[in-house]
Amino acid sequence: MSREFPVRWLCAAIALGLFANNWVAADGPLKLEPIVASVEQDRIAAIEHAMPSTVMVFVPGGAGGGSGVLISPDGYALTNFHVSSPAGSFMRCGLSDGNIYDAVIVGVDPVGDLALIKLLGRDDFPYAELADSRLAAAGDWCMVIGNPFLLASNLKPTVTWGILSGVGRYQYPSGTLLEYADCLQTDASINPGNSGGPIYDAQGRLLGVVGRASFEKRGRVNVGVGYAISINQAKNFLGYLHSGRIVDHATLGATVATAPEGGVRVSNILETSDAFRRGLTYSAEILEIDGRIVHTANDVQNIIATLPSGWRVKLVYRNEGETVETLVRLMSVHRQDELLEKMAGAMPPPPPREMKDPQDEDDEDRDKEESEGGDSVPQQDASKEVPNSVKALHEARRGFSNYHFNELAQSNFIDSLRQQFPSQDSPGPVTWTIKGKTADGQDVAIRVSDERLSMVAGAITVEPETNADLYDNIDDETIAGLLPALDAWRRMLAQGPKQFGETSYLGTMPLGGERPLRDCIIANDGELEVRFLSHPQSHLVEAIEVFADRDRDPAELWLIRRPNATDAGPSAIDLRYGTESLLRIDIDSWQTSADEQPTEEQHSKQADLEPENAE
Amino acid sequence: MTRRSITVCCVILGTLFGGLSFANAQPSLESAAEHAQSRVVKIYGAGGISGLEAYQSGFLVSPEGHVATAWSYVLDVDPTVVLDDGRRFDAKIVGFEPSLALAVLKIEASELPFFRVEEKASAQWGDPILAVSNLFGIATGREPASVMQGCIAAVTKLDARRGTFKTPYRGSVLILDLIANNPGAAGGAVVDVNGNLVGMLGKELRDASTGVWLNYALPASALRTTIGDILAGRVPQAVNSNEPKLARDKAHSLVTIGVVMVPDVLESTPAYVDEVIVGSPAERANLRPDDLILLVNGRRIDGQRSLRDTLRTIDRRDQVELTIQRDSEILPVSLRVE
Repeated sequence: MSREFPVRWLCAAIALGLFANNWVAADGPLKLEPIVASVEQDRIAAIEHAMPSTVMVFVPGGAGGGSGVLISPDGYALTNFHVSSPAGSFMRCGLSDGNIYDAVIVGVDPVGDLALIKLLGRDDFPYAELADSRLAAAGDWCMVIGNPFLLASNLKPTVTWGILSGVGRYQYPSGTLLEYADCLQTDASINPGNSGGPIYDAQGRLLGVVGRASFEKRGRVNVGVGYAISINQAKNFLGYLHSGRIVDHATLGATVATAPEGGVRVSNILETSDAFRRGLTYSAEILEIDGRIVHTANDVQNIIATLPSGWRVKLVYRNEGETVETLVRLMSVHRQDELLEKMAGAMPPPPPREMKDPQDEDDEDRDKEESEGGDSVPQQDASKEVPNSVKALHEARRGFSNYHFNELAQSNFIDSLRQQFPSQDSPGPVTWTIKGKTADGQDVAIRVSDERLSMVAGAITVEPETNADLYDNIDDETIAGLLPALDAWRRMLAQGPKQFGETSYLGTMPLGGERPLRDCIIANDGELEVRFLSHPQSHLVEAIEVFADRDRDPAELWLIRRPNATDAGPSAIDLRYGTESLLRIDIDSWQTSADEQPTEEQHSKQADLEPENAE
Repeated sequence: MTRRSITVCCVILGTLFGGLSFANAQPSLESAAEHAQSRVVKIYGAGGISGLEAYQSGFLVSPEGHVATAWSYVLDVDPTVVLDDGRRFDAKIVGFEPSLALAVLKIEASELPFFRVEEKASAQWGDPILAVSNLFGIATGREPASVMQGCIAAVTKLDARRGTFKTPYRGSVLILDLIANNPGAAGGAVVDVNGNLVGMLGKELRDASTGVWLNYALPASALRTTIGDILAGRVPQAVNSNEPKLARDKAHSLVTIGVVMVPDVLESTPAYVDEVIVGSPAERANLRPDDLILLVNGRRIDGQRSLRDTLRTIDRRDQVELTIQRDSEILPVSLRVE
């Protein structure tokens, strides 16, 4: 049987015999075999590589704490929602360098038990190298570093070593909210206080965030079974968490079951779901989601539950012998009210304050007096300890854990939007005049201004006058659906997010099911909801989606640029509904002019224009 | 750190890396884990009430689907076995050995990967091992069982006879330094770093005096003979319903052996003795109330009906051999007719 295994194991077995004989009988000081010493050095090196990014989280006022892990030099760190929630908005975080830093909450994911916090005071924090947790396998060595039992009050974190006991585990929701999908299981000791901290691979790369453990009749201590949220799930949610929002998880809008003959079949589907609009029906067989093959209903849940609500991912299914590859927009598991309500319910009760028993203190009058003058009154508000400079980084708002970070993202968005074509130096209304040709050679002229939206394509002329007209055009999936998209872009440039309408940064999501994840700004324009999707590196807007009826397909305006012509405007625009292109226009000219008179200014503005065809 | 534990650590490291010519990080135990996981099964049966989990673990010991597992209440009904590829089977209990707390199940399958149960007692203290089981029922369907690592801390006998550990098993056990024996882990495989079977995880045991939970396994060498006999069909234990019954006045019955059982109120009420008749063969053999009858002439008794049926196949002039459980002891009892 051992022939099935690498020769090294055979050798290992021989080595065991030799070592056991030599060493048990050896006299004098113990000498390590070089190979053993070398492996030990590697392990030490991995721990030294990993440990600086480990965070020890302490809730101000001594109300508990946990662990966390730094993932960026500017201080962003992951922890568990159930670690950050007792702290509220502010916490104190220790690193193994011996320093304690103020930290502020950024975003929370109560369903996935993740929270993003930001440590303050440095822009050169040590941070963890992120692994690809999909490559991890049962039997791989791993380590957990953190703050079990809050032992690290001396800022020396605890290292526990073990193996991955299982990968791709699914743990049912505990209570009503928490759900661990596609998670890692380890036998490295995980105890209360390790929560939120890192699990690293044997090289010290971050595999996941320690979340919970199986505790049963043996008390709240490690019984050899701990779970970690995979770092790949965290990567999916990072953009959402950076938005400072309380984020929700995704659902397909359909239930599935593993068929007795194998395969996953749809057992129920909501007719309002995008999956239904894409042709998924009862008894269709799901083959792939987001590029991953599924065999069982658990596989489906393992994938969907690790995705944020609102993502659009690839779906491959088979229906009546026909294999369909499509894109599907995922729905939220909860309504916003429902999520906030459940989250409030999931919050732990305030920790009991240590009340001194007056009986005990009778013999210690001096102490009693002192303590009465000092700490004995429970502090009502731990935030009194928080410096004003830290408080300034937090803004409460319904639906957000920290709106401050959303505003930052909004201002980054508008800054980069204004720097790209058609750039606009100063706020104020402008008129866009776009000319081009359709694929079959018909001329198209589009005019978008505060006064008028119009479009002439061949023999067709459309001029929606009211918002209701725009709404109906999207609902009816007409070519005029590109007008509200262009107008939203023009107005966003002119007015900025503050004046546009209720605007917020949603986070990052795939575009058309493809990575890299794009930044998504969501802006409300009356009845219409507009989404701007921008490339994470170039910050160029790549698609603008306008939703009318939320249960129908939005109008999608895709902006197509020539490779390496990032300074220029789009060479073409493409209007899509669902997954179909309705109208593609190759752009001949795209002129912006300040609205109305005076005409001289119009000329000077035009001089600034870069006709996108200038190659 | 004591000298001894340093030695143990070194032995572990030496074992894991001794064969490597390159000195990089500790190699993954993935291949050994995968080898073992493909041979460990999930078993579902009776339980699910008052803190009794309705699941445990087992491992394949033949390509035709023999599964070794711990003998427990989970097997009070015909269990369901789920392989690591997700295939589900109804299983039959084809043999059990009360003194080893071992049962062997059979599923209708072929060409399965399986463990050879080796004779040589290769397991020594200090050996690194993997424990592979479905502890806490974490794995379902086609998910593989959980893998944990550690080493054998000692090979010793349990202080069982004095009731410290309530188990009928009296042989050597492998004491493990990892928290392997959790709910649902019983019947799981303990393997060496090559993936070879070293032992079977036992049922949860707690020291009655200190409350400490024990982590242990029965060595493969102790299981080998019994498993081999069962595989070879040398111990036909299943009650054969086709076996000819004798006429009532010719056969044994509860009356002829002299016992009154507890009221038979369940579909398969366990064969607990409620009362022993004065002057009966049962009294002469010192049978007592609360004794549980496990075997009659080598046939497994899974309830009072099978006890009555089995007695009907035995001539009332013949001696009856019982195997009973009294507290945590397994005892042979011969009932002689005078």
